[in-house]
Amino acid sequence: MGKILEINGPLVKLELPQTVIGEQVRVGRMGLVGEVIGRDGDTALAQLYEDTAGLRPGEVAEGLGWPLSVELGPGLLGAIFDGVQRPLQAVWEQSGDRIARGVAVPALPRDTRWHFVPEPARQAGSALIGGDVLGSVQETESIRHRILTPPLIRGELLELAPEGDYSLEEAIGRVKLADGRIEKLYLFHRWPVRTPRPFRQRDHAVVPLITGQRILDTFYPLLKGGKAAIPGPFGAGKTMLQQQIARWCNAEIVIYVGCGERGNELTDVLESMPLLTDPHTGRPLMERTLLVANTSNMPVVAREASIYVGITIAEYFRDQGYDVVMVADSTSRWAEALREVAGRLGQMPVEEGYPAYLGSRLAAFYERAGRVETCAGDHGSVTLIGAVSPPGGDFSEPVTSHTKEIIQTFWALSKELADARHYPAVDWLESFSGYVGSAAKWWAQHVDPNWERDRAEALDLLAASEELQRIVNLVGVEALSSEQRWTLEAAGLIKEGLLQQAATDEVDSFASPEKQYALLAALLEIYRHGLKLVKLGAPARRLIQMPLLSQARRWKSQHSSDELAALKAKIAAIPDAFEPLLQEYAHHPSPLRGEGQGERVSAQAPGSQT
Amino acid sequence: MKNIEFRTATSAQGGLVVMGGVPGVAAGSRVQLRDHAGRIRSGLVIRAADDAVLVEVFEGTDALDLENTWVRFLDEPFKLPLSRDIMGRVFNGSGLPRDGRPPIISADRRDINGEPLNPAARAYPREFIQTGISAIDGMNSLTRGQKLPIFSGGGLPHNRVAAQIVRQARLLGEEAAEFVVVFAAFGASHADARFFQESFEESGVLNKVVMFLNLADEPVIERLLTPRAALTAAEYLAFDLDYHVLVVMTDMTAYAEALREVAVLRGDVPARKGYPGYLYSDLAELYERAGRIKNRRGSITMIPVLSMPSDDITHPIPDLTGYITEGQIVLGRELANQGVYPPVTVLPSLSRLMKDGIGKNFTREDHPHVASQLFSSYAKALEVRGLAAIIGAEELSDADRRTLEFADAFERRFIGQGEDEDRSIHETLNLAWDLLSMLPPDTLIRVSEVELAKYHKGAA
Ligand SMILES: Nc1ncnc2c1ncn2[C@@H]1O[C@H](COP(=O)(O)OP(=O)(O)OP(=O)(O)O)[C@@H](O)[C@H]1O
Ligand SMILES: [Mg+2]
Repeated sequence: MGKILEINGPLVKLELPQTVIGEQVRVGRMGLVGEVIGRDGDTALAQLYEDTAGLRPGEVAEGLGWPLSVELGPGLLGAIFDGVQRPLQAVWEQSGDRIARGVAVPALPRDTRWHFVPEPARQAGSALIGGDVLGSVQETESIRHRILTPPLIRGELLELAPEGDYSLEEAIGRVKLADGRIEKLYLFHRWPVRTPRPFRQRDHAVVPLITGQRILDTFYPLLKGGKAAIPGPFGAGKTMLQQQIARWCNAEIVIYVGCGERGNELTDVLESMPLLTDPHTGRPLMERTLLVANTSNMPVVAREASIYVGITIAEYFRDQGYDVVMVADSTSRWAEALREVAGRLGQMPVEEGYPAYLGSRLAAFYERAGRVETCAGDHGSVTLIGAVSPPGGDFSEPVTSHTKEIIQTFWALSKELADARHYPAVDWLESFSGYVGSAAKWWAQHVDPNWERDRAEALDLLAASEELQRIVNLVGVEALSSEQRWTLEAAGLIKEGLLQQAATDEVDSFASPEKQYALLAALLEIYRHGLKLVKLGAPARRLIQMPLLSQARRWKSQHSSDELAALKAKIAAIPDAFEPLLQEYAHHPSPLRGEGQGERVSAQAPGSQT
Repeated sequence: MKNIEFRTATSAQGGLVVMGGVPGVAAGSRVQLRDHAGRIRSGLVIRAADDAVLVEVFEGTDALDLENTWVRFLDEPFKLPLSRDIMGRVFNGSGLPRDGRPPIISADRRDINGEPLNPAARAYPREFIQTGISAIDGMNSLTRGQKLPIFSGGGLPHNRVAAQIVRQARLLGEEAAEFVVVFAAFGASHADARFFQESFEESGVLNKVVMFLNLADEPVIERLLTPRAALTAAEYLAFDLDYHVLVVMTDMTAYAEALREVAVLRGDVPARKGYPGYLYSDLAELYERAGRIKNRRGSITMIPVLSMPSDDITHPIPDLTGYITEGQIVLGRELANQGVYPPVTVLPSLSRLMKDGIGKNFTREDHPHVASQLFSSYAKALEVRGLAAIIGAEELSDADRRTLEFADAFERRFIGQGEDEDRSIHETLNLAWDLLSMLPPDTLIRVSEVELAKYHKGAA
């Protein structure tokens, strides 16, 4: 037993000999929990996960003997936990609307009995190593929760319980370790959050994560097991995009970490998920989802931990052979929590108050994503998608710039697009994906062999139109040639008919890969027909007046992913719409190319840099 | 311990006093200092150890004679006494009466810091509040339980807009009786405080307003308590007495500056522009006290007002506020200079909760699409206006010229309205269609074809 020497904000100085850094401590009469972050002789410095007001010097303090750990087992799905894995629903029932300090509720319910089905291969006497599947529990209708041997165990299985109902408190087996000790096995185990869970080896990520969002899947794809960041100023749509991904992506498990963000956003997820069905399985989305929440008004120290709690649970489901997606909103709040701790420890700030190890901490965190061969020989993945909230929307600030170097897919949100209510406000010029090559193989195999070519053509069109727009802004649209005006128009068509995708549009909120490609190909076909015509001398003005152009902009909201036949019929009729013009110009090419007196201006804007 | 006076101050500097040899003092406890002249100052324990206790003194440490300073540790945090009698009263930042009437006596005294609301206990805000202001109702709707700040600048009419919202805000189809206002001003001028007082008086709501005032010439540190006291009162009214509470707080910039001042005294590491790294969390502790709770009838809707230093929306105060609140109403100098009231710059304005509180079962079925179309058409029109400024309006095409006319009419007729003009949401939406009808229907792709046929005046 130790005692409190000093209280300074969330930091307490303790007389606590023999503690180690990272050890959990329980402090004061209220029993507040925290962790040791520094030691000096017999005194230790600890930061508490809860508000320290009311603590007094002289009150008791004790080391708990373990680092911050999470409970991993049935009962995780559908739940909402705080930053140190306290179950908020149960805490609410126990202590009311406000989170009282010092409440101790186990993360996983102890009274629920789960129907355990042992794995036939696990016979008494067989060798058992960490990660081996002992059996399973059908936790929700869509998810079979595999009961895993705790990672560090290596020994001989003495006994495994028969099929039946067990609570988390009942042992389901016994194992004899190499040193002769006998350990009991339960439906759950604990794991320290700051230590990555072991696996056999890393695999290559090869399959795209389908999010149903066109600007993501079609233009800047992410792979299962990949790492992505969504930076953007406030209000640009980071949370909405992450919620869209959480709703519609084709992962088997989704972990939503609200780190230092709004309480209402979590309520929104909690209220909406049970009502929505997974487009891939037809089951309520909540069955595959869990939330970790440290909202912005909850203590900052637990905010730093919340990200690790989330990723550890993600790894645990990965180890069961699942494809897991974790969205973290926002990693900037985590970094700020880190900065506060560093500041209190008097560590030297390097940039904007952040400690020198910001970059390496971020990298180590994102490194926990990936596709792996599990200890049991299965394959699973953790895909990590972090929102970044740069102060003033400035992407050169430390958290954004470090993150940019670590991730492979960068979905940059733009204030200009958001202000014009172009959603998702993903900037098609600033964003990038290092996974296009791998994704292309999948799209070629499963959707269409021309995906890569068409994607590139659409992006070229968008880039060209950006240059042209600059010219227009200087000298007006009249200065453009017909071909250039058509390029501008077609780019507009792609922006409005393809890139814009309102989360609130019931028909278009999720777009299957087939729908995504059908629209892409259709809009490009319109572009190509028009291009042919302007090359034959048709003025862009005539093309721009075609009703087809405003009709095509509506297609996305008129046809849902499971009724593509009608859309395909419209697409098949595209050539017909151009037929009259084609008749006119194929045989009587106009003597005047281009429009009016307009002369061709190079697509290179004056003063623009190449 | 409450009744013992200690005379063991060992140093005093920059608002902080160090007390020696007072064992067992609770962190965060309230402190009373009696100086040599018998004047009482108050403070807070910010660091507690047996050999040294650090006290932050709200009124500052000027002219403090250490040998003649007596200190009492009140052994509890800052608390606000609460009862129904707070209604119609005016308090200072620490919750003491400043209206000359007796203090509130109640056994119900609450820690002004509150406790974080469990996210599992929240109920999502979904009910549309009609403010009667088209730029807000039509395009940036407010919902019950939302926190929606007004971003403004020196000389802009944010106070008038806030007062108009307070006067006109109501729920569709509901009796106004359960609506009350908590008003908190920190660092406000006497003129501002008077403006609000008079405006409440005029609209006859004064007996339903609770005011917490810390004016510009009053102690800076007390500014840190003012919003907390106000929000504690709001929580009591909303969640104990079932009222729907509208909280107006002004000016958040003065609050943040006070926080910076204190942070510098404490020696905290600065992040941006000298503001401490915890400014975000500190503001969030205030703003997140807005909301609704499951199984409770009342609600807290919050309208903080802040002036953006140099009209810069990327300044840490508006920036961090925007990162916490559920949108923002941005007032702009350009519109104000053109005589448009309220000068709401709609593009950077946003209401995040709008999407869940409008439409078929709440306002009107076309509302979401109309709002989206107005944003998109107006954004395009502004591009054209920029172009016209470069190449001259004569060079514009007919279509572009129509777009310009739309932009002008939109600013004058839709955004602009009278300070006493209370438009119903139907009036607002009909007006929107009048304006959209200035544009060809095939350019309006954010509204559905059905809606075009029904509402567009020029639809074939
Ligand atoms: N994909 C989308 N579809 C429709 N509306 C959207 C979309 N993305 C964003 N919005 C709109 O923009 C608003 C702000 O989005 P969001 O809350 O996701 O921003 P954010 O980037 O997370 O901001 P902050 O950093 O402050 O949390 C939403 O409330 C919604 O109105
Ligand atoms: Mg967000």
